Amino acid sequence: MLRSRTFQIVVPALLVMALLPLGVGGYILGLLTLAYYYAVFAMSWDLLFGFAGEVNFGPSFLIGVGAYTAALLNHYWMWPIPACLVAGAIAAVIGGAVLAVPALRLTGPYFGLVTLVAVLLLQNMLVLFAGITGGEIGLDLPDVLSIDDSTNYYYALAFMTVSGGILFGLSRSPVGLILQASGQDAIEAAALGFNVAKHKMAAFCISAFFSGLAGAMLIFYLGTASVGTVVDIAVGVNVIIAAVLGGRRTIIGAAVGAIFLIGAGEILRPLGQLSTFVVSAVALVVILFFPSGFMGRLLQSGGRE
Amino acid sequence: MTALLEVSGLTKRFGGLVAVKDIGFSINAGEILGLIGPNGSGKSTVMKCIMGIEKPNAGSVKLDGTDVAGWPTHRIARHGVGIVFQHARPLHRQTILEHIQLALLPDNLFMLVTDHKITRRAEEIAERVGLGQVMHRLPRTLPFADLRRLELAKAIARNPKVVLVDEPFAGLTAGEVADFSALIGSFRAEGHAVLLVDHNVKGVAALVDRVLAMYLGEKITEATAEEVMRNETVRRVYLGGKIETAARPDREGKGHTPLLDVRGLGVLYGKATALDDVSIHVGEGEFVSVVGLNGAGKTTLFNAISGLVPFSGTVAWRGETLAGKTPGAIARGGIVQCPESRELFGDMSIRENLDLGGQHLTVAEAGKQLDWLFGLFPILKSRQGQAARTLSGGEQQMLAIARALMMKPKLLILDEPTLGLAPVILEQLSKALEVLRQTTDITVLLGEQNVTFALPHADRVYVIEHSRIVWEGDPGRFAEEAGAGYL
Repeated sequence: MLRSRTFQIVVPALLVMALLPLGVGGYILGLLTLAYYYAVFAMSWDLLFGFAGEVNFGPSFLIGVGAYTAALLNHYWMWPIPACLVAGAIAAVIGGAVLAVPALRLTGPYFGLVTLVAVLLLQNMLVLFAGITGGEIGLDLPDVLSIDDSTNYYYALAFMTVSGGILFGLSRSPVGLILQASGQDAIEAAALGFNVAKHKMAAFCISAFFSGLAGAMLIFYLGTASVGTVVDIAVGVNVIIAAVLGGRRTIIGAAVGAIFLIGAGEILRPLGQLSTFVVSAVALVVILFFPSGFMGRLLQSGGRE
Repeated sequence: MTALLEVSGLTKRFGGLVAVKDIGFSINAGEILGLIGPNGSGKSTVMKCIMGIEKPNAGSVKLDGTDVAGWPTHRIARHGVGIVFQHARPLHRQTILEHIQLALLPDNLFMLVTDHKITRRAEEIAERVGLGQVMHRLPRTLPFADLRRLELAKAIARNPKVVLVDEPFAGLTAGEVADFSALIGSFRAEGHAVLLVDHNVKGVAALVDRVLAMYLGEKITEATAEEVMRNETVRRVYLGGKIETAARPDREGKGHTPLLDVRGLGVLYGKATALDDVSIHVGEGEFVSVVGLNGAGKTTLFNAISGLVPFSGTVAWRGETLAGKTPGAIARGGIVQCPESRELFGDMSIRENLDLGGQHLTVAEAGKQLDWLFGLFPILKSRQGQAARTLSGGEQQMLAIARALMMKPKLLILDEPTLGLAPVILEQLSKALEVLRQTTDITVLLGEQNVTFALPHADRVYVIEHSRIVWEGDPGRFAEEAGAGYL
């Protein structure tokens, strides 16, 4: 039931998105392109939080490792874009694994704190070695995905659709069920014979893979890699807000939340500094009064019958 | 025939506390062993050590010949041990059938499509445990007993050689108990080895082949259920030895002015009945004991009085209803609870803990109260500067009582003060309570499973069993009238 309802919502929405370049201008397309990459960040994060039950306060660590690996390879060694993307995704998985192995041994809030500290470390390293990394100004990339707005838009849309499909499929598969059981009650999952650490580790690596890949795609869209766009704590906070706003444990909700967050920020731009405040206030209200988020509510009413 | 499960020399220490000491037993295929003991006796720890949830410090756990002691839980589970937890915490968005499917899945990262064989097997198991009609529903729409059935279904799905069942009948009605007994009996028929963990012999007597009784981490005896019920040591552990009762000096008006009046109290935890139509009353200056085993409803009763859980029925304090008052207001009104878990501030010193209790008193009053308490519990005086978490269990309990007394309560509620304490500490605590009782006119409501501790001080006793009050009377008449039902 749930599944068919999800498709009823998602397929028409994707169709509309695919037809958008025929009707709207380059500015809005550019905005949505950014939003779609954020959507992948948020969906990857939801796999970890919603299913494995681990709060990763540093999604931008994984994003940043992927983005900067790709950027450095392209800038200094002129690697072609596809090779940079693959290298970025792999680097994020390795970085994530290095972080997760010790962090998953910890219980309670400590896993989250470790991930938070990791972001700060990465940010400091990048600023410290500004001569190589470009520091706060950023690193120019010789290559970009495309200079055409529509082409960039379609790259992002296709990437989001495929990533979302894989993440959603995983979440609904038997493996997703085991992951959810591990996240909710690790002792009971272990007593049913499941190696909880192995499943959480796998979830972390998958989350890292898509975060890193999306980070690398994003900088080749922007043409520059900078701390402010892919590493800063604020980036991670936005990803988390987007995922929670859209609906925990739904994957698709995270994408909806990300598009909403970026869209609302833009619509409210005339308010100046106040726009961030208004978006945050809306997010707060949704989290306080509808903790299951946009999609959580929508899908729940469908599942009740 | 070799035993399916063979435990020997099992020992588990938590810091300085020896929770399990040199426990050994074996269970053959098609056999059911009951493991019983009062709260804090270590029986749950034994079960956790077998399952690998706790790692034993010494001893072996042989499963069909292989020593699995110290293995991680998931490997022990894969090797053939299943557990039926007492508290079911189902996933919210998955149906009953999906929960059973989960238990049937292999531990594999690359399983992306559900096998039809697994679905069919899950449906068979749902039928077998009586969930056939509801298998496509979500757990939150089902009654408590069905959630327990789900736990059994998950154990059946794993088809383990050894099944551990924690408190199989807690919270179930008589009819449901019969159903569950039949299901557990079917484990035996299929040649599994079953370990039933429960508080008392009575609950599992009909089902088990043998019973092992534990107390304070050690084995008391292992025999048939009838023999265990007749065993002198077991009787002493549950009922206490000779019970000496001492009358309290009579005071004017004692027991006549009603202080607390609880009528028709009912409490539900989700779908489980925790208290059912409970009525008790406590008069001014009375010392009333509520005795009952762990899980009978004592703590729930006290929490309802203190305003910590929602309830139906009425609780009146000095003639006024307490309904709608916050826990804070109730405590300020003079009802102070000293909870089972003690709730001390571990990083603060003894003195700081006591000062916190005396916050609302004037400095002079607090000083006087403190002096009196140090007289009552001299050990606290000598260790004033020590952090609460470094105290022994008995000292912590004394501190918890002292802190409650700093608040100058009109009614002091003591919930299981003897939990996990060694006999020698019990005696000290008992003396302190007797001094309190003989020299002050404080009103006390004591909840205990240790009858030896609860009876000597009591003016009146209630027995609570399975969420209901089953007996009320004078402590002198307890042994002959209510003792038998307590084993």
